[in-house]
Amino acid sequence: MARMNMIQAINSAMEVMMARDPDVVVMGEDVGYFGGVFRATAGLQAKFGKTRVFDTPITECGIIGVAVGMGAYGLRPVPEIQFADYIYPALDQLVSEAARLRYRSAGDFTSPITVRSPFGGGIFGGQTHSQSPEGIFTHVSGIKTVIPATPYDAKGLLIAAIEDNDPTIFFEPKRIYNGPFDGHYDRPSKNWSQHPAGEVPEGYYKIELGKAATVRSGEAVTILAYGTMVHVVLSTIEELGVDAEIIDLRTLVPLDIEAIEASVKKTGRCLIVHEATRTGGFGAELSALVQERCFYHLEAPIERVTGFDTPYPHSLEWAYFPGPVRIGEALKKLLKD
Amino acid sequence: MSVERDRSNLPPLSLHVPEPKFRPGDTADFSDFDIPAAGAARRPDTAEPASGFHELSYSLVRVLDEAGNAVGPWDPKLDGETLRKMLRAMALTRAFDERMFRAQRQGKTSFYMKSTGEEAVAVAATMALASDDMCFPSYRQQGILVTRGYSLVDMMNQIYSNSADPLQGRQLPIMYSSKATGFFSISGNLATQYPQAVGWAMASAAKGDSRIAAVWCGEGSTAEGDFHSAMTFATVYKAPVILNVVNNQWAISSFSGFAGAEATTFAARAVGYGIAGLRIDGNDALAVYAATQWAAERARTNQGPTLIEHFTYRAEGHSTSDDPGQYRSADESSAWPLGDPIARLKQHLIHLGEWDEERHAAQDLELAEQVKAAQKAAEKNGVLGHGMHQPFETMFEGVFEEMPWHLKEQCQQMIDERKAAGI
Repeated sequence: MARMNMIQAINSAMEVMMARDPDVVVMGEDVGYFGGVFRATAGLQAKFGKTRVFDTPITECGIIGVAVGMGAYGLRPVPEIQFADYIYPALDQLVSEAARLRYRSAGDFTSPITVRSPFGGGIFGGQTHSQSPEGIFTHVSGIKTVIPATPYDAKGLLIAAIEDNDPTIFFEPKRIYNGPFDGHYDRPSKNWSQHPAGEVPEGYYKIELGKAATVRSGEAVTILAYGTMVHVVLSTIEELGVDAEIIDLRTLVPLDIEAIEASVKKTGRCLIVHEATRTGGFGAELSALVQERCFYHLEAPIERVTGFDTPYPHSLEWAYFPGPVRIGEALKKLLKD
Repeated sequence: MSVERDRSNLPPLSLHVPEPKFRPGDTADFSDFDIPAAGAARRPDTAEPASGFHELSYSLVRVLDEAGNAVGPWDPKLDGETLRKMLRAMALTRAFDERMFRAQRQGKTSFYMKSTGEEAVAVAATMALASDDMCFPSYRQQGILVTRGYSLVDMMNQIYSNSADPLQGRQLPIMYSSKATGFFSISGNLATQYPQAVGWAMASAAKGDSRIAAVWCGEGSTAEGDFHSAMTFATVYKAPVILNVVNNQWAISSFSGFAGAEATTFAARAVGYGIAGLRIDGNDALAVYAATQWAAERARTNQGPTLIEHFTYRAEGHSTSDDPGQYRSADESSAWPLGDPIARLKQHLIHLGEWDEERHAAQDLELAEQVKAAQKAAEKNGVLGHGMHQPFETMFEGVFEEMPWHLKEQCQQMIDERKAAGI
């Protein structure tokens, strides 16, 4: 065991997998010699060489297109998109190619790629360093979407994603790279060294994709969250003294529907929290699923606390961010009778 | 600081919108078309740096002259047997196209695309590659499968989406896939295969393999962003890949001017990326073979990628859904100055004394029978529209390696709905 922040855990996952499997290659803008703008790939090129860890031209459609071709050859590429906000030029390669390759070739060719990308706000990143585009990918059949909330999960889930034979989008909540965030931007930041999930095995282990984690058991309400928001809701309900059950989804597709269903049937109430904009967001899918499966157990309408349907603002970030105030108001509504 | 000036005397700007030379009703006349002589282009060393390719990228490498002689430094000097094999694969591709076009008109399938006039671009190139080099085709290189001996019956099974369709009825007709044949899964999304081929080639190089990749796209698709990203990756990593641009003059109804052909050639773009660029007569099977052989040697000796612009002509409609009479001159195809690739190779073989009209006519009959027999065999497995040829549950398979709960649930829902509806 070692103390790791989320960046170190992600770095460790890639190092472990590159040592285990000579077909794992890491590629992306600034990931090679420099080790990545967030240091996630630091040291990998020195250890494994330039043909396994390499810098790429600034072309996201090229990075993913090349990764798909390498996957078709038989490699297991782990391309990085520097910010999720910049994944859009690669959408055609992800949606039309990576996601469809197994299906359209009847298994003749596959695309075992893991696309890592920092995502989410809370860092004064403005419009193009804060977005949460997971809903775009959960809508695409053939792609798995994974979002960790702790260093321990980040390493275990990333190893599982790299081993998985399906294309996976691995969104890393950059707000919690260095420590969990309680939503109080005006208080000093914590770091992972004091958090139990900052204790990470140095070797190989994995966390099965498609399995949620119950972060806290409770009876009053089920809160569905992932990424940074797991920590924000946990801190908020502790401050408010609400006996909530918090489920960290970890994998959005395939979703752990059993865990969700069991929890909502127990509590009778459901709050969904994500940073992404509301309309057409993944929360809408969660809400529909809970409504369909837990209708007779529900004692109040399902609530969603999400980013607003606006581009991510710079100076107004803390009005936009679904923080403690907004979550608190939603809980009051949910729990009023 | 900007200079304020009186604009009243300036002519108004004008927007240039390209227009093809001939439209429906016009007489196509290519008499001012400057065709470089066969044998005139130099054949550089395969290690020559990209900067030396300016002239070759604006010229036209041609081997077969008007009389059917193979001339100049690019003559691959193939023996009679190889030339006959090439001619046969091209003729078989054309016979297959004819038959499948008719099958679509008979309502046996939804869609088809012919490669008439472009057979050399796929067949001769494939013959110059090793059998385990990976091809990343667009939708108009069926000649690759034919050349590599892929089953005509399976091609038709795919076209008919029948019970023996290797792709289980999931794909639009002609979007073949065969890993065993070195033929990458065709996508409807244009130019996506360009960076994929570069990635495959990079992987081969990174693994110390000896296989190379070849990729094809039309001149219209070079306008896609993926073309640019592929060229950049290919040059940066010296990827062992052959980048084929099939300039057949037309992207559906848009002439090549809308892909930028008025101002430059497609081969010339390569030089700007630091890639060797060859512009060749795409209706000259020997030029296609020789250029591919040259580019393959360049790739295999770690000298990097080559872009080959195959200058040719799309002799027929874009697809079975297209009527070229709506946008281009009806006689443009017959007036096209580079002729027909099969006729030109045939003339060459006859000229060499390796072939004659009687054998050619007999071969055409034999190939027509071969295709007919394949069609008969394929139609035993069903044609499109005659009920479902695949169990409907297969629709849910292969989205992921293992079917997740939500797809299992949707599959069951479909079974239940059909049962309830009495189907």
